[in-house]
Amino acid sequence: MFYREAGDFKTSYAADQQTFPIKSERWLFWAFIAIAFLVVPFFINDYWNKAVLMPLLIYAMAALGLNILTGYCGQVSLGTGGFMAVGAYACYKLMTAFPGMDMFSVVILSGFITAGVGLLFGIPSLRIKGFYLAVATLAAQFFLVWMFNKFAWFYNYSASGQITAPERTVFGIAVTGPSTTPWATYLFALTFVFVFGWVARNLTRGRLGRSWMAIRDMDIAAEIIGVSPLRAKLSAFGVSSFYIGMAGAMFFANYLGAIEVTEAFGIEKSFLVLFMVIIGGLGSILGSFLGAVFLVLLPVLLKNIMVGYLGWATDLAAHVQIMLIGGLIVFFLIAEPHGLAQLWRVTKEKLRLWPFPY
Amino acid sequence: MSPAFLNFIEIVLNGLMAGIMYSLVALGFVLIFKASGIFNFAQGVMALFAALTLVGLQTGQVPFSHLINAIFGTELHHWGSGLHTVLAILFTMALMILLAWVIERVVLKHLVNQEPIILFMATIGLAYFLEGFGDLMWGSDVKVLDVGLPSGGSLWWEDVTRTWVTEGSEYWGMYIDRLDVAATSVAVILVVGLSAFSQYTATGRALRAVADDHQAAMSVGISLRTIWVIVWSIAGFVALVAGIMWGSKSGVQFSLSLIALKALPVLILGGFTSIPGAIVGGLIIGVGEKLAEAYVGPLVGGAIENWFAYMLALAFLLVRPQGLFGDRIIERI
Amino acid sequence: MNMHYSSAGGAHRDNLAKGETLLQVDNISLSFGGVKAIQDVSFDIKKGEIRAIIGPNGAGKTSMLNVINGFYHPQEGTITFRGKERRRMRPHVAAQQGISRTFQNIALFKGMSVLDNIMTGRMTLQKRNMLWHALWHGPAQMEELEHRAAVEKIIDFLEIEAIRKTPSGRLPYGLQKRVELGRALAAEPALLLLDEPMAGMNLEEKEDMSRFILDVNHQFGTTIALIEHDMGVVMDLSDRVMVLDYGRKIGDGTPDDVRKNRDVIDAYLGVSHDD
Repeated sequence: MFYREAGDFKTSYAADQQTFPIKSERWLFWAFIAIAFLVVPFFINDYWNKAVLMPLLIYAMAALGLNILTGYCGQVSLGTGGFMAVGAYACYKLMTAFPGMDMFSVVILSGFITAGVGLLFGIPSLRIKGFYLAVATLAAQFFLVWMFNKFAWFYNYSASGQITAPERTVFGIAVTGPSTTPWATYLFALTFVFVFGWVARNLTRGRLGRSWMAIRDMDIAAEIIGVSPLRAKLSAFGVSSFYIGMAGAMFFANYLGAIEVTEAFGIEKSFLVLFMVIIGGLGSILGSFLGAVFLVLLPVLLKNIMVGYLGWATDLAAHVQIMLIGGLIVFFLIAEPHGLAQLWRVTKEKLRLWPFPY
Repeated sequence: MSPAFLNFIEIVLNGLMAGIMYSLVALGFVLIFKASGIFNFAQGVMALFAALTLVGLQTGQVPFSHLINAIFGTELHHWGSGLHTVLAILFTMALMILLAWVIERVVLKHLVNQEPIILFMATIGLAYFLEGFGDLMWGSDVKVLDVGLPSGGSLWWEDVTRTWVTEGSEYWGMYIDRLDVAATSVAVILVVGLSAFSQYTATGRALRAVADDHQAAMSVGISLRTIWVIVWSIAGFVALVAGIMWGSKSGVQFSLSLIALKALPVLILGGFTSIPGAIVGGLIIGVGEKLAEAYVGPLVGGAIENWFAYMLALAFLLVRPQGLFGDRIIERI
Repeated sequence: MNMHYSSAGGAHRDNLAKGETLLQVDNISLSFGGVKAIQDVSFDIKKGEIRAIIGPNGAGKTSMLNVINGFYHPQEGTITFRGKERRRMRPHVAAQQGISRTFQNIALFKGMSVLDNIMTGRMTLQKRNMLWHALWHGPAQMEELEHRAAVEKIIDFLEIEAIRKTPSGRLPYGLQKRVELGRALAAEPALLLLDEPMAGMNLEEKEDMSRFILDVNHQFGTTIALIEHDMGVVMDLSDRVMVLDYGRKIGDGTPDDVRKNRDVIDAYLGVSHDD
């Protein structure tokens, strides 16, 4: 039968550790990846790229990062926007300081720089917990945005205060700047998300992931068991900021091309990514993707219906949209606090056992 | 007194008055947190919503006019010249109570016994919902709120302080906005009133009992849900007052809801459960912010008011993780 | 019963012979503000023995365990573990040196499966760093598999095969206690601290737990210190018993000695203190 197995037949622990233990699910996954890499680039157009695919990929990356910190390690952060800004500005400075550098290296280095900043702002987490930490991360959010606004060095003294991405290439193909093509930016972002999605899965399934979850579930017991809170928390902050920094870099360089910091990386961005993680599922890699898909597609869909179909004014549509998103957050927290990923898991369990659930 | 010293006093006074406004918002947080353990992120948006409603009623706007016009192709905007201010305030308060009841019914009831962080996030969702709802109801343009509070600088105070300066130096007197003075008076009255309410009335006692232990409170016959509606109504009242004050000062607009974020460092300093803490915390943040802006701001390019409060709270937390009035935490296992 | 550690005392190998002093506690005093939790207590734990700490509620037993594994820092006194004296130490460092424990109120990681909980117990034995884990295939996976095999032996030993993938928060109380023991054992400790391992259990569960404790002690030579209120269990299991009352030590010796001790009888029968 499709999508089912009749019992636990694994003969090795390695087989037991697999990401997709069911064969049909594994096939489905690889077919999906193949379509994403091999088919979509031939059909992509500018609207789909800009309105759906790029934001989806980039927010998925940011959500992965925040999920590692909040979902796995239990440290609530409201500083995602600020850390994305660090990634974006690091990216800009690297692009302008080293014109010869290829874009892969630029994005990864931006990630590392953001990780450094993230570590710095993660230090208070060793003494501060819960809401208190959330406020500490707000300090990061507001301070960082202020800093990028205030010191002209960060935006190379441009008159507008904006940063604009020059053209940079990967294997001779432009992935930033005005002459880039939708398929190139899409494939670039997809590659990053695919590789680092896999890395995130690896990090969370082993010792490191367990140390994060142990801190999340019961920090005192974790420490007594032998988890070093310093290492666990700081590594979570570092890895998380690395992802968020790369997302910020791509958001600026590959997606928008030009940004102004208060507009692009305000506190709303922090909340948006946090919502993705909650709706998708805290502590779930799949959930990070589902949350990003949901919150990127929903506004596009609503806008198409309300503005495109019903012909409402855009500001009216925006009000309805924000109201609906808020309502959905509440709904999800009430109906399924573990998010879309849990819904998926439950459905899968039921399918596996169907038609004899007992 | 030298002009520099008089300037300093002026900054501190303005800081104190800004601070009491923070305290006012923080008070709404503390009330809900004490009674339900919920950190209500929507407090700021509640203030915005209350102010929007008040202006809408005062000026006689038709609620949801944009939506109705969009759907039915009508041209509605006002139904008349509006209500008298007092009446408008009363109606707004009634709406805030209704809102509290709806929130309890639709949201809180289903989230009993969830982890605090889930509840916190639910209130973020609530904040978004209310923001969209308020805009949908009254439109998102910046509105002027005038409930007849005095405003503008106090000339009398300028004259008085001008005489304090050392002979011969140039000084034009202190600038104090009369609106700030009015707001401060109202805030003080409100704080005293709420403290008395929670200390001396039966409802207040029940409220404190719930704060202490939900289960125990229920077992002696206190209805948790009634208490929650009451507390959210009070928080709605505080939001209304804060909305009036902030709205009169800087117009009713989205940024009003961001004062909720400013209340966070205030709470960190004062502790989440202490009414006096919220007041002192607000004052510290208010004065600290104004002093920093005046003396540190010019050195780094200004506008540090945006983040100074958070950094102050952060620095403070590193020294005293339990807050200003909290006891030392003894961890047990 | 086919669980084998790499050696007696597990990964934390030492040169001590059975009966030598493993842990020496000297003149420990601990207070919180004005409350004196422990006053000038000294005792030792010998390698290979089962050492019980008993006393009425609030006598300072759990505080004592917290001092031993570095969670509380006593104001006075020293602790010598395996010949090394220490004053202040973070709990995770104590864990690395081979002290592991269970808790009075279960402290499992509720969001994690039983398997992951017990794997977390091996945290201190795993060495691969973050970069290897990012790649997974290769050394990191090898190491995980190796430790998984060791954990499976513990799962086998504690007879909890059927629940290994269940989130620990969903288990009944008795099983949670057992999983917690498994997590502590996974670290292959030199010293195992058990804080009321049998609290709230029925007779059958107590018998099971007693059997596990004795097996751990006999088969792997693991030294055990335990707090327990059930006197029958304590007298049957332990080699030596220390009695605390109001933070002071009032008795120490074999179960028989302690049973005859006048102060101990008074403390348990509630005779007023008039010293």
